[in-house]
Amino acid sequence: MKQNIINIKNLTVKFGDFTVLDNIDLSIPKNAITVILGESGCGKSTLLKSIIGLQPIHEGEIRIFDKDIHDENFSKELEKLGMVFQNGALLNSVSVYENIKIPLRQHTDLPDEIIDKVIKAKLHQVNLSHAMNYLPSELSGGMKKRAAFARAIALDPQLLFCDEPSAGLDPNTRYALDNLLLELQKQLKMTMLLVTHEISTVRRIADKLIFLHQGRIIFKGSFESAQESDNKLIKNFFSKA
Amino acid sequence: MTKKKHTFHIKSDLTRKNINSLYNQFHEQFDKEELREIDLNRVEKIDSSGVAFLEYIQENSEKAELTALSPKIKAALNTFSTPEESKKSEKQTGFFEKLGEKALLSKNSFISGLYLTSDIFYWSIKDLFNTNVRQKNSVVNQCIAIGVNAVGIIALLSFILGLILALQSSAQLSKFGANIYVADLIGFAMVREMGPMMTAILVAGRSGSSFASEIGTMKISEELDALRAMGINPLRFLVVPKFIGITIVMPLLSTLSTILGILAGLIVSVYYLKISAYAYLYELFDYITLEDEIIGLSKSLFFAWVIIIIGVYYGLKVEGGSEGVGKATTKSVVASIFAVIVLDAFFSLFYLV
Repeated sequence: MKQNIINIKNLTVKFGDFTVLDNIDLSIPKNAITVILGESGCGKSTLLKSIIGLQPIHEGEIRIFDKDIHDENFSKELEKLGMVFQNGALLNSVSVYENIKIPLRQHTDLPDEIIDKVIKAKLHQVNLSHAMNYLPSELSGGMKKRAAFARAIALDPQLLFCDEPSAGLDPNTRYALDNLLLELQKQLKMTMLLVTHEISTVRRIADKLIFLHQGRIIFKGSFESAQESDNKLIKNFFSKA
Repeated sequence: MTKKKHTFHIKSDLTRKNINSLYNQFHEQFDKEELREIDLNRVEKIDSSGVAFLEYIQENSEKAELTALSPKIKAALNTFSTPEESKKSEKQTGFFEKLGEKALLSKNSFISGLYLTSDIFYWSIKDLFNTNVRQKNSVVNQCIAIGVNAVGIIALLSFILGLILALQSSAQLSKFGANIYVADLIGFAMVREMGPMMTAILVAGRSGSSFASEIGTMKISEELDALRAMGINPLRFLVVPKFIGITIVMPLLSTLSTILGILAGLIVSVYYLKISAYAYLYELFDYITLEDEIIGLSKSLFFAWVIIIIGVYYGLKVEGGSEGVGKATTKSVVASIFAVIVLDAFFSLFYLV
């Protein structure tokens, strides 16, 4: 039985009177890749943002590394987390290289020569070595996503969150990114929580699936068991994917 | 500490928490030329910082070889190593290349500025009465935004400026018994110089910055591209209403500023210099001619056009997201105020000659 790295109890998030996440109970296993699926607007991104504390919650408890994320001391744990936002969320005023340097400079005492090498290795991993001196505004959508990914893995986080990491990428880059996720998970024993609509990615990398519908979890389990599910919503989702 | 060791026995994990101490150990205890072996026998964990550190040692000690590599370390080296092509340093640009590039950029900016100016004038004149190409009431809305909403601040500052001018000049003029000439000085200064210029500086700060930021934000969020894709010229749709609006309200704001400045002079004259209001106004209207008023108003028109052209120019040039919008806004305000003052100096020279 795998140990859980994230434990969520009775999570409810509301936007005004509208309930986005309704009484969610969820555990994310350690050293595994968990994928959140569901139709647009079902609360996937809100769930991800709630888990890393970016979204105020209405009710419930979220614990990561067995610590409540709303505790004052939790900020010390943030260097163990990485997040790839849906639109990259790179700092536009500095180059791709500098964007990746920020967490390394803030959270480590590594010498500059080592930081330089780490940045170049990360950029190579996401196939973006040629664009390290570009500003984010000079990158395409897919390149921005890859740069954001390089920044998120700069500190080799124990827990990586990705909001649609492969959206906007060509099949080759998507395949390479999937392989990178698998490699990182294997090498660094990284736990990953992904939101994605790419069924090919899900099939290739997911250890566990969570299916959301209108703010509620309607399925938890493996990709194979999801495909065999009798639930009409899940069947419909896979048949049209 | 001797520097004769040939083998660097790494006794801790190669993770980022240990790298700094290992880095110092490497520089303090080893001669780069003498190091032959990096023993990784005791390394159990390695991350990307650890791989970067090993590469760093090997680059600095070319004869050093990694030994006792576990499969785990080999896999990590394979995953996290820096590719050869990334290690090559980029070619630096020289001083003259940078200077030449700047000169070319300046030339191109000047030419594109001229094109933009001609386009704005062309479309503004052509679409003056063609309301179909812009949103309903857009000119009225611009008149309110640029003019009506600025009345308070322009009135207040012009009044204070008039007070300062009157008090400062009266202190000097009273020494010669020439108090009555305060009216001439305030009138001439406000009508021909301070009224139009004060108004232009305030409008550049309020509206010029808003032109640059609004158009810049629309550019980075691809709204301008969306307009073009719909076959709509952004200049006709967005800029022409602003151009017509500022052309209407600037002379009015300038006149308001002039009147408030003269009123402040009147108050100082009546209550401080003990000159009657009739004498002040008689002297003022006797001295100020219609030509002065026309010069003042024509200046305010030119200032208005300079402010909108610079604001739109910097707005259209925005690159680099929110940071770019901020920079463009600042540049547009600085350039507008600079241009207004330089243009005013040219006007003064022209009318003097």
